[in-house]
Amino acid sequence: MTAVRTRTEAAPAASVPSSGESKRFRLNSWDAKYTPYLIVAPFFVVFAIFGLYPLVYTAWVSLHDWQLIDGNQGFVGLDNYVHLFGDANFWNALFNTISLFVLSTVPQLLAALGLAALLDRGLRGSAFWRAGVLLPNVISVAAVALVFAQFFGRDFGIVNFLLGLAGIDPVDWRADTWASHLAVSTMVMWRWTGYNALLYLAAMQSVPKDMYESATLDGASRWRMFWSITVPSIRPTILFTVVTSTIGGLQLFAEPALFDPGFAANNSTGGSDRQFQTLVLYMYEKGFRLFDAGYAATVAWMLFLVVLLVAIVNFSLTRRIAGKG
Amino acid sequence: MKNAKAGPLLYGFLVAVLAASVFPLYYSFIVASKDNSVLGEKVPPLVPGGNLFENIARVFDTVDFWLAMQNSFIVAATVAISNVVLGTLAGFAFARLRFKGRDSLFLVVLGTAMVPTQLGVIPLYMLMSDLDWYGTLQAVIVPALIGSFAVFWMRQACEETVPYELIEAARVDGCSVLRTFWHVGFPAVRPQAAVLGMFTFMTAWNDFFWPLIVLDPNDSPTVQVALSTLASGYYTDYSLMLAGASLAVLPVIAIFVLLSRQIVGGIMQGAVKG
Repeated sequence: MTAVRTRTEAAPAASVPSSGESKRFRLNSWDAKYTPYLIVAPFFVVFAIFGLYPLVYTAWVSLHDWQLIDGNQGFVGLDNYVHLFGDANFWNALFNTISLFVLSTVPQLLAALGLAALLDRGLRGSAFWRAGVLLPNVISVAAVALVFAQFFGRDFGIVNFLLGLAGIDPVDWRADTWASHLAVSTMVMWRWTGYNALLYLAAMQSVPKDMYESATLDGASRWRMFWSITVPSIRPTILFTVVTSTIGGLQLFAEPALFDPGFAANNSTGGSDRQFQTLVLYMYEKGFRLFDAGYAATVAWMLFLVVLLVAIVNFSLTRRIAGKG
Repeated sequence: MKNAKAGPLLYGFLVAVLAASVFPLYYSFIVASKDNSVLGEKVPPLVPGGNLFENIARVFDTVDFWLAMQNSFIVAATVAISNVVLGTLAGFAFARLRFKGRDSLFLVVLGTAMVPTQLGVIPLYMLMSDLDWYGTLQAVIVPALIGSFAVFWMRQACEETVPYELIEAARVDGCSVLRTFWHVGFPAVRPQAAVLGMFTFMTAWNDFFWPLIVLDPNDSPTVQVALSTLASGYYTDYSLMLAGASLAVLPVIAIFVLLSRQIVGGIMQGAVKG
């Protein structure tokens, strides 16, 4: 306190030299009124220019024949959309996107819920376990994709080796649609399960203990308590993770991109036969490999609508399920 | 449910979970230390070999990994510092200053976190070309200068640690808003600002999608972009790829080992109050 005082006493003298009380007061009130806006402004400026404007402008670009290098070739109305709806590759990518999203998110959030319940059981060295489950989340998605690409190798991958021990024939993880979706989902799950478990754990720890105590007196099983006390109590957190995982899970790019060995060699089809090409990957192929910005923007805008729709559906669905208790 | 004691079965299970967390990193180091021919053998290797330095040397021969490290460092450090400075200022304003529309503006900040801005990359790329920023680091830095997470995080920190009375006292003494921030606000939240800095550093270091698009893989790669180049040989060279991946994750793992407690605490705090 004293340190602050001595420092601040010099302030008015330095900033407003030899001024009367009234001028100082006016300056002071201008400062109090407008400085807060000035210091929160950078966030809004950056978001408006580099986040919101490009997203909205995507819709405008999608109404044009727009080439990434040669620029705008003129307004074409809904032509890109008409073309998109008849484009088998688009539907394929949409299917892959939804499939990968479901395969990676549903088991992931359930596993996170279970893991959180285990971490909530008064462990010794809790900081250590928590750090351990969070570790995968700080590893870059590019590095993760390269390691898992090796894991899921057809000939020398460790997954096929383990399957071989169990007497199962090797799987060609990149050739088959479902196998490739399973492999890509595994990467996503590895990176995000622990993170979501910590979010659930934090919420679980703020559930009042006496709720459990009275349930125990009533003879409720732990399983029963988990579903009828814990889950409904942490509903806001569950809703939050469902919405964020929906937004993230529908925009997968690096995992499927780098799972395809041909990716950096200018091939972004997500598998030889587009087995695991997601919509973001398709947008990337159209926009940055084939330079058809107008069409890529159309893909992006459709994906935006899909994200919005699925997020709303999941939100209300989860609210209903988690709320029943 | 703390009434139930944790038994050996539970610890055994958690050890397995931990092993699953660590194994990919361990394995990537193993492969990075092996000669490629070993990887063609029937049983996958589980102990390190003697080719680590040779493979690392090959990484530096294949791509300009020094440049990539340097670029990643410049990007991540600039973005981290900027997020700390701008985020602390904004967080301080949202937590401790009174101005019209404060609460609704903060709701907007929270809402922006839900906007899938990745889908705007086409116009964003055009904007960067118009600015002549393609292939330059500022194309990656400027859009990331301040994010909603930094604002949210620092607002939380100020709510918890900056006492109103001190601010009032400073204001009565005629301190300007910025001086009050500098002498009262910032000193109180220094620890949280440091964690935010490290957190943002890791996020920026790991970023892949946008750098891949707007940087030139040959002239201005970041580490993550260089990794994707390593994956692009005529044949898949796992020792090379995973030697690169091991190098790329080192700085993040170092930060994580030092600050895991704070990072875990930060994530969990945000979960309850967010």
